[in-house]
Order: sequence, then structure tokens, then C-alpha cells
Amino acid sequence: MSFARRWFWAWLFGLPVLALTIWGIADNQRLFLVTALNGLTLAALYFLVASGFTLVFGLLRNVNLAHGSLYLLGAYVGWVAGEYLGSWFLAVAAGFLFAALMGLLLQIGVFRFMHGQDLRQTMATIALSIIAADVALWVWGGEIYQFDPPRWIIGATALPIVGKFPTYRLVLLAMAIVIGLALWWFLARTRVGMMIRAGVDDRAMLSASGIDVQMVFAITFAIGAGLAGFAGVVGGTALSIAPGEDTRYLLASLVVVIVGGMGSVAGAALGAVLVGVAEQFGLAYAPTYGIVFSFVIMALVLAFRPQGILGRRA
Amino acid sequence: MSAAHWRKAMNFTDAGRSWSGGRAIAPPRQTTRTAAGSATTSRGWLQSWRQIGARHVAVLLAVLVYPWIVPPFFTYQIGGQALVLGLIALSLTFLAGYGGMLSLAQMTVAGIAGYIVAILGASGTPEISLGWPWWLVVVLAIAGGTLAATLIGWLSVRTEGIYTIMITLAVGMAFFYLAQQNYAIFNGFQGFQKVVPPVVLGVDWRQPMPFYYLALFWALAGYLFVKYLIRAPFGIALQGVRDNARRMSALGFSPVAHRVAAYAVAGFIASIGGVLLVWYNGLITPGSVGTSWMINILIVAVLGGMRHPVGPFIGAVVFVLLQNFAIDLIDRERFNLVIGLVFLVIVLFSPDGLLGWWDKLREWASRRMAQSRTNPVRGNGWRSIGVAQVRPAGRR
Repeated sequence: MSFARRWFWAWLFGLPVLALTIWGIADNQRLFLVTALNGLTLAALYFLVASGFTLVFGLLRNVNLAHGSLYLLGAYVGWVAGEYLGSWFLAVAAGFLFAALMGLLLQIGVFRFMHGQDLRQTMATIALSIIAADVALWVWGGEIYQFDPPRWIIGATALPIVGKFPTYRLVLLAMAIVIGLALWWFLARTRVGMMIRAGVDDRAMLSASGIDVQMVFAITFAIGAGLAGFAGVVGGTALSIAPGEDTRYLLASLVVVIVGGMGSVAGAALGAVLVGVAEQFGLAYAPTYGIVFSFVIMALVLAFRPQGILGRRA
Repeated sequence: MSAAHWRKAMNFTDAGRSWSGGRAIAPPRQTTRTAAGSATTSRGWLQSWRQIGARHVAVLLAVLVYPWIVPPFFTYQIGGQALVLGLIALSLTFLAGYGGMLSLAQMTVAGIAGYIVAILGASGTPEISLGWPWWLVVVLAIAGGTLAATLIGWLSVRTEGIYTIMITLAVGMAFFYLAQQNYAIFNGFQGFQKVVPPVVLGVDWRQPMPFYYLALFWALAGYLFVKYLIRAPFGIALQGVRDNARRMSALGFSPVAHRVAAYAVAGFIASIGGVLLVWYNGLITPGSVGTSWMINILIVAVLGGMRHPVGPFIGAVVFVLLQNFAIDLIDRERFNLVIGLVFLVIVLFSPDGLLGWWDKLREWASRRMAQSRTNPVRGNGWRSIGVAQVRPAGRR
């Protein structure tokens, strides 16, 4: 893209956003900042869910439509663990481990046998998500579950201008940043991460250079699924867990990775911020049309940059 | 996404692709010369008449006689519902089986048509519904559904392969949440009740038998339309685009235009199904266009098999029977578990659906015949029409 065109697009989308921002701040400073912060914390949650999704997609070319189910199952198992062990941190660990184990089982037990048949894998994940949702409904019923995090997390923190803001949301934001950095470090600096990146670029070549590709696939799937389970507990604490959350977070991950670019973790972060902030602003300024905002972003990205903002043309 | 990726995504190895639609693709574009064109068309019609076999007549007679020999419950809840669901799934079969685009938004298109019927026509919510005459409403609903499908297609053909499934799923879910959250137009969570078919020509089309025949008429029309279309130049070009978009564009066809047109055609079929569905249910709510129904349409299409337009109707019959009877054996609440397991089994073991099993049976039978006689029996009608995009790489 040439310099002039890039500036043209930047101004075309930047100016209205800038104008709306100035209007929002001038109109109601507090509402604007609270909405922005809410949007960022929602983005943090979306990033946690979508990063696993995009990681798995990038390497395995598997659109794991059971990702939302892993989120929900992780949340439920985390809740049970928290109930019996009495520790929220153990609940988080349990959610992560259970979802990672499920992911590992899926990869080894199902997807390994359909390698290269993306469409069939995707349909298998749809079938599994139906089954998982129904089993979860069977076991845990239709009630809404709440987590019991430590006292110091659930209070409120005083911030300038905004006033009192739930501490937990700030913790969530911090967690997402830490996880994002850890993921970056893992992918960029470790040996396994290097293998995963090589696999994203060229699977056949990675296999030819003597690396057990199935092992790399299994590790990636476990991490991606574990992140979904982790997000399940963490997000379930911020909001709540109930049937139907699986499709909600599946939609969020889909939109986030379509906007950000499939297979790119940085793209997932960018997409999550765009979608999360847009959704919260939509909710605050134009309720009942909140979902339309994230959809419009998706449509615009697809219309002008089909591979996603940070996606590469494969 | 390169052509190589696309091919990989659709399980085409070079040998596996192998122009197995050879006979269907064989006739070139002969419509340009009118005289020759009309001659071949009339010959084509003759041929298609000759193709009607005993089994076609038997099935037609069976579906015509069916409502006279079963109780009204079977006519309406089983027969009517299966035909309507089959019609919507037929649009997906056309799109996925012949266009190579697995769209999950077909139920959304049907739902948009249904919502238009409820909003413009009469319903139990007179504050929103406008109460226009039924013929105008139906025309507008089908036009609106087709337009929506075209827009969805225009958005999703920008990316290929498995991306399509993600984008159409996201579009469909977004419509579901919009319908659920918006009260001004979609009446939110409650949706619209009492959306009934009109009384035309002195017949109450809500009665089981008239509704069954109405659904049967449109199901047959849709079936024949798709059957015709896949042999028409457009359908053949579409299958060419499915098999190798790059080669088709080198031949001067526009893959994007063909794909968007396929979405429009499928949207047209789905919209008719949507109008019938809202009349069948008598209501439309966000739940009717929710994820589970979007996926149910996919299940119906995959269950039957995507290689022949009759597949979705077979799938719909099995689906509706499961919905009504299989759950009695287990637990009324666990229908989703049953249907999920059935879907998983089909995806894992018979990617061509029930038609695939039928094919295997025929192959086995013909092999037995070939063993007894010396020359093997050939001429499997279904094999010639399309490459199943859901066929495993190992099988040919």
C-alpha cells in the first residue's frame, strides 16, 4: 500500500473516530472514560479467549468451533474445583488444566485422524460443541454460577476522574497483558515457540527437518484450549457462567480473529481491543444496537482487508 | 489464501479431483448459438424425461399419497416440517455441494424472510406488524431474503474455504443477537406470534393437508430448480469455480460473480423455505434463527449428503423423526445430545451422509453382480454430478 493511500484510509476512519472521541469527552467525561475502561477490560477477556483460537488456527488450520465450549467447560470445572478446594487460584488452575487436557484429547483422539481435511475437522468441532453444551446443561443445569474470588480482588479502586472502578477488571486487564507478553515470549524466544512459528509458515518443511510435528500440534492445541479454560474461569468471575456463554465467546473469538487477522496473536490483541471497545461504546451510547458495532467493524475489515488487519495473505 | 491452500482445504488432491464431474462438465457453453442451443435444450428435455425411472415415480406417488394414509400429526409435524427444513437445507446443499461454500447463514436468510413476513404482514403484535396483504408480503419477504443473502455472499466470498464458515457463522450470530436485543423492529426476545398462512381460494393453508401439499409443491419446485440449474451453463461454471477457481478465471469466467450469484440463488430458495417455516411454526422468535438452528440446517444437509439435491430431504426426514421419536427412547431433554452424536458419527464415518451409504450399498451390489457376470455394471447417477467437498482424502 502506498504512503498516500495509507494516509487516506487513516484519515477516512480516523477523523470520525477522533471527532466522536472529542464529542464524547466534551459531553460527559466520566461516562466516556468509564466506557473506555470497560471496553478495555472486555477486550482483555476477548483477547484471552481469542488468542488460543487464533494460535490453533494458525498452526493447525483447524477452525475450532468448540472453542466456546472449552471456555464454558473450563469455567464449570473451575467453579467445581473452587467450591471443593476453596481457593480461587486453584479454580483458575483447574480450569486451565481441564481445558488443556480436553484439547489434548481432542487433538490426539479426533483431529489427528482427519489431518488436512479442514472442513471435516470444523464440522466435527461443531458436533462436539453441541454435545459439550448439552452435557454441561445436563450436569450443571441452567443456573447461573458465581465465583468466589479473594476479598482484595473484588473491591473497588479509586481512579482519577473515573472514581470507583472494580478492582477485578483492572486485574483482568493486567492479566491479559501479562498473558499476552508471556505468549509473545513463548512464541518468540523458546524452542517450542520457534517450532510452532515454523509450523505456521510451512508445516511440511518443519516435519522434514526432523521435528515431531504431531507433538508440536498437541502442545499448541493444549495451550490454545487451556487459554480458553483459563479465560472461562477469569471471565466467569468478572461476569458469570451460564448456558449460552459458549456461543457468545465463540462469536467474540470469531469476530476478533476475523478483524485482527487469522493466526496472528498480535492481530488477536488488536482485534480484541477494537471489538471490545466498540461493543462497550455501542452499549453505552446506543443500547440495543451494541452488537451491530462489532459487526460493522467486521464487515469493513472484510470489505477492505479480507485477510484481517494484521493477517498475511496465505 | 492460495489455490493450493484452497484445494487442500477442500480435500482435493490432484488425483482425487480428477474431474469426477466429467459427464456433467462435458457440455460446453452452447447457448451462444440460439439454433443449436434450442435444439440441444429440447434434446436435453427428452433425455431428462427418459431419465425418469421407476424409483422416481414410486417416490412421487408415495409423497402424494402419504397424507391420505397417515394421521394429521404425521402429515403436519413430520411431513410438513421435513419438507420445509429440507427446502432450507437444499439451499445449503446447492451452495456447499455445487459451489463449494459452506455457509451457516442459510437459516439466517430464511429467518430474515420470516421476520419480514411477520413485520409487514399480520401477527399477534399489531404495534409493529403492518398487516399488508399476504401476496405483497410474500413477494417482499422473498426479495428481502434474497437481497440479504446476496449481501452476505458479497461479504463472505472475499475470503475462501473454511473462512466462509467462520464469517457466515459470525453474520448469523450477529443477526440473532440483533433480533434478540432490538425491540423497535424485531420485538426482542418474544418475537412475533400468530403469524398464520392466509386463507386463499377458500382453503385454510394452516390445516395439515393443505400445508403439506403447499410445502410439497415448493420442495419439488426447489428440487427440480436445483436439478435443472446444476446442468445449466451457470451451474456447470459454478462447479468449475468450485473445483478450480484459478483455471475458471483464466477461461474468462468471474469466480466472484458466480459465487455471489450462487449465494443469491441459494438465498432465494432459503427465503421460500423461511416463509413456509414461519407459517409452519406460526411464530418467529430469535430462537428460530439462533446458533442451534443455524447448525441444525447444516446437520440436515450433511446427514442426507451433499452430493445430490435429494440429500437434504432425506436428511430432514431423519432429523425430524429423530426429533420426534428418538428422544422418547432416551430423554426428552437430551435431543441435542442425540443429534450431536448422530452428526459426529456421520462426520467421522460417512462424510457423504446417508447418500454415501446408499452409494456404498450400490457399489457393493454392483460388485457382486460383476462377480456373477463378467462385465461390471456402471452408471452411478450421483457420482457424475458432483465431487463431495466433504469426502475424505483417502476415499475415491
